Amino acid sequence: MSAPSQAAGAAPVRRFAGRSKRVLPGFGLSLGISLFFVSLVLLLPLTGLVMETAGMTWDQFWFTVTDPRVVESYKVTLWTALAASLFNGAFGLLLAWVLVRYDFPGKRLVDAVVDLPFALPTAVAGITLATLFATNGWYGQVLEKIGVEVAFTPLGIVVAMAFTSIPFVVRTVQPVLEELSPADEEAAVSLGASDLRVFRKVIFPSLWPAVVTGIALSFTRSLGEFGAIIFIAGNTPYVSEVTSLMIFVRLQEYDYAAASAIASLMLLVSLCLLFAINLWQGRYLRRLEGR
Amino acid sequence: MAAKHHRVGDQPWVRRILVGLALSITVILLVIPLVVIFYQALSAGWSTFTSNVLDEYTLHAIGLTLFVALLTVPLNLVFGTALAWSVTRFRFPGRKLLTTLIDIPFAVSPVVAGLLYLLLYGRNGWVGSWLGQYDIQLMFSWPGIVMVTVFVTSPFVARELIPLMQQQGSEEEEAGVVLGASGWRVFRKITLPNIKWALIYGVILTNARAVGEFGAVSVVSGNIRGQTNTLPLHVELLYQDYNIVGAFASASLLAGIAILTLIAKAFVEWRQSRPEQPAPEKGGV
Repeated sequence: MSAPSQAAGAAPVRRFAGRSKRVLPGFGLSLGISLFFVSLVLLLPLTGLVMETAGMTWDQFWFTVTDPRVVESYKVTLWTALAASLFNGAFGLLLAWVLVRYDFPGKRLVDAVVDLPFALPTAVAGITLATLFATNGWYGQVLEKIGVEVAFTPLGIVVAMAFTSIPFVVRTVQPVLEELSPADEEAAVSLGASDLRVFRKVIFPSLWPAVVTGIALSFTRSLGEFGAIIFIAGNTPYVSEVTSLMIFVRLQEYDYAAASAIASLMLLVSLCLLFAINLWQGRYLRRLEGR
Repeated sequence: MAAKHHRVGDQPWVRRILVGLALSITVILLVIPLVVIFYQALSAGWSTFTSNVLDEYTLHAIGLTLFVALLTVPLNLVFGTALAWSVTRFRFPGRKLLTTLIDIPFAVSPVVAGLLYLLLYGRNGWVGSWLGQYDIQLMFSWPGIVMVTVFVTSPFVARELIPLMQQQGSEEEEAGVVLGASGWRVFRKITLPNIKWALIYGVILTNARAVGEFGAVSVVSGNIRGQTNTLPLHVELLYQDYNIVGAFASASLLAGIAILTLIAKAFVEWRQSRPEQPAPEKGGV
């Protein structure tokens, strides 16, 4: 419950809380605007997709979503998104740790530039990464010497996904790390436990829900990413096509039904992930508050 | 050395390694890409850069992009504020569901977002075919671009406001109402000053995304040069025409907006953390 109000009488807490909320005006207006907007902008467009997919027979639908080229795109999208979000899990944890625990020159700048992937348009990120990792680019030249090819391979997809979702883990872990009480940690250290052990036994148990949330957010974002990927991926059928690109390709073939079938599958996965993350965050936050 | 060691990772060598590693990856993944954009844009000299930016199609793309942002931001400002007010100031059934629903645009792929609008408002969609009878075409023209941009940017303002307004509680506002102020006056004099910076940051984020949206816009725009090309689409078009310097010239404008966004964020956070007026003591949990 929220903080107690000042004019508390003898009324039962729950009823009082309920009534005190209604002291404020604007319930009808604000909820009305919100519901109107949510229905018109977020929910109504779903009906078009439902109707388009409902117009297909089950066989047509199944044939479309299990087309070998499309299935290959699921595989590529899933493993690249997983790789990118795991990388961000490690890098994000490191970055959050360094930003919270240490002082060093340029710290403010690093903290600010972490959000660049959210501020920079994905198409700009795409052409920039493609230029850097091309065989004649600054990074591509170096990587070519050690035999690693990034541009126009699935590895390029991982790079693009990792770039666009860098802030998620950093920004979910940072506040948790900041609020971690030093008492347990200092006690464990003074009792002679090694740093690695203290990190594993004392710090990580309160940190990992935030890390998982960040990785899940990063994974969800990566699954749907389009703009940053298409420039660096090379988009070779069966090799480096992501699912969002498959939808785009079907649209350009004017095959709206096929695009809708693949999109409905993707939408279902994204919505499930969204609800799962929200449930997980709700549970995890309640646990923190409940203490 | 051991005597000074109180917390995990206190030792200078650990600190140096971790900071060094974090800085290196940050430079490689974030700083150099940002530098490359401007380096490429200016690689053929200043005069080429200016002629690229002042190109007729580029100017048109800039104009359309600003126009779209100008329509999108106020709409989502009103929606975000109304939604944050209703879910943080009142309790009603479905409140949790509503706060989850507004995250849909964050979870959905931009291409899927564009497709949703295309299917509904396109020629064959049930709304689109009805509007077609009156010769109203929304897709493959600017209204379609505005609509999908509103969709993809709708969570930003609300997402910035909700945690802050929840944390601040509503005692001050209730006191205002009890003392006889009108609802609108309470909002203007009490709520607005408290949420000002979060609201500004929400607007900045909305604007940044509105200006830069690519996937959803590219599905519904039709990419007609000089007509329905926004700046990010223009970047793609130039890049695919192998006009790399031109593409990066336009990209550098967008990167400039991104840098302004980051600066504005740092500023807003700095203002918020400054103890202007000590927050009233909140009792209990």
